[in-house]
Amino acid sequence: MQEDLIIAGFGGQGIMLIGQLLVYSALEENKNVLWMPSYGPETRGGFANCTVIISNEEIGSPIVAHPQSMIIMNLPSLDRFEDELIPQGLMIVNDSLINRKIKREDINFYLIPATEIADNLGNAKAANMVDLGAYLKIKNVVDFTLTEKTLEKFFANNSSLIELNKKALERGAQEIAKETLKP
Amino acid sequence: MKILMKGNEAIGEGAIRAGCRYFFGYPITPQSELPAYLAEKFPSIGGVFLQAESEISAINMVYGASCAGVRVMTSSSSPGISLKQEGISYLAAAELPCLIVNVMRGGPGLGTIQPSQSDYFQATKGGGHGDYHLIVLAPHSVQEMVDLTYLAFDLADQYRNPAMILADGILGQMMEAVELKEYASEIPHKNWAVGKSQGRKRNIITSIYIDPKVLEQHNLRLQAKYKIIKAHEERAEEWMKEDAEIIIAAYGTVARIAKSVIKKAREKGIKAGLIRPITLWPFPDKYFQDLGKIKRILTVELSSGQMVEDVRLAVNGRIPVEFYGRMGGMVPSIEEILEQIEKINSQIERVKL
Repeated sequence: MQEDLIIAGFGGQGIMLIGQLLVYSALEENKNVLWMPSYGPETRGGFANCTVIISNEEIGSPIVAHPQSMIIMNLPSLDRFEDELIPQGLMIVNDSLINRKIKREDINFYLIPATEIADNLGNAKAANMVDLGAYLKIKNVVDFTLTEKTLEKFFANNSSLIELNKKALERGAQEIAKETLKP
Repeated sequence: MKILMKGNEAIGEGAIRAGCRYFFGYPITPQSELPAYLAEKFPSIGGVFLQAESEISAINMVYGASCAGVRVMTSSSSPGISLKQEGISYLAAAELPCLIVNVMRGGPGLGTIQPSQSDYFQATKGGGHGDYHLIVLAPHSVQEMVDLTYLAFDLADQYRNPAMILADGILGQMMEAVELKEYASEIPHKNWAVGKSQGRKRNIITSIYIDPKVLEQHNLRLQAKYKIIKAHEERAEEWMKEDAEIIIAAYGTVARIAKSVIKKAREKGIKAGLIRPITLWPFPDKYFQDLGKIKRILTVELSSGQMVEDVRLAVNGRIPVEFYGRMGGMVPSIEEILEQIEKINSQIERVKL
């Protein structure tokens, strides 16, 4: 079993953070993991994306041209990566920041109003956790509760952030339970 | 217990565990996490971290520290390593152990910060002036960023020779699980080092030999040492080689991609395997001697074709050696290399039963 995932958005959305949250959790389950940030002349507000690979076997290529899954947090990222997802691949889309339709008809996508949901929880910055929660609900690559525990370690110095991010994770998972997501 | 680290940080942690307490360097992407890591850790463990005013200055500080007999390192990326070349030649001539890390980026010139392997010639064939060699090690995982850092310091001390870790931007930036094994070697006593000379003969470390007769003798001694290193230190990983008809020769990040390619090729019934040089100098010739069922070798690099020359020398015309490469920070996909393998496979003549 190998899962590869690209998470993409703009700098400041916590793209790298949720990627790291995944690999730290998967490592706890003794899986082989790889996290690779996009690097370049990056800026706050500019492109940010990372690759996450979780596998039961030795991980080969650190570069994934056509991932099985994607979490897309803004419109430029959708434009850039939509064509790269494998057929029947999974795409979690932050619908709050994307005002166009998904072109691909051969993929499984879920439109989550992540920024809006996070804003209602008290901080729009937790949109990344909403999308991560949705992703974990569908692709059970790492245990949900374990991910929450990892999250507690990440924000060990700030208990209010732990509460907020946990709520955001759970709200994301709840969204998947709704049947009305697909247009 | 395994922990997650970036490749650049892993080299830093490996260096600390191997007893290195001196770092001199100048920042450059994509290796900056390494000096950042040491800058944070060194003060509390009595280490000296110094950001010099230039790469040239930094490499000469390495020369000085190594003369004093301590474990010392520097790191940079391609253009910065070019600047260090004069100092590296002096270190090799004066037989001073140290670790030089090159996290390669696309060149030539200022180029790009994206990954590349186009400094292979520079690392293995000289780079600076004169007849000399560095011991060059090529990790292909974050784990090896630690393990080969241990080894590089050990070999450098054992042979009194500068050692280089030749990595690339992907290896530096990516995060994987590492096991920080206990560093088991003992740092040797360096009775050749300079310093307080009470009670012993004065030690002189130099790279200047004005008399050509004397300089030739010095060169002959260096060459004899390189011969010993070559005889004892060739290292490579063989992967699915046993029944292979087509071998990919690749190092570093490309070897990782090659492993994915080989799995896919085997799903299609193509018997592919890998020879991954770990020591780039000495080049692991001996792994290319027993070719068995191998009919073709495909060397893949992030360059216009540099290591392929050493592969061809090792194979010495016995079977064809093909090349595929990308340049300027571009990285080939699994599919792209698989296409090359399929092409070669269709060209191999097989006896029909």
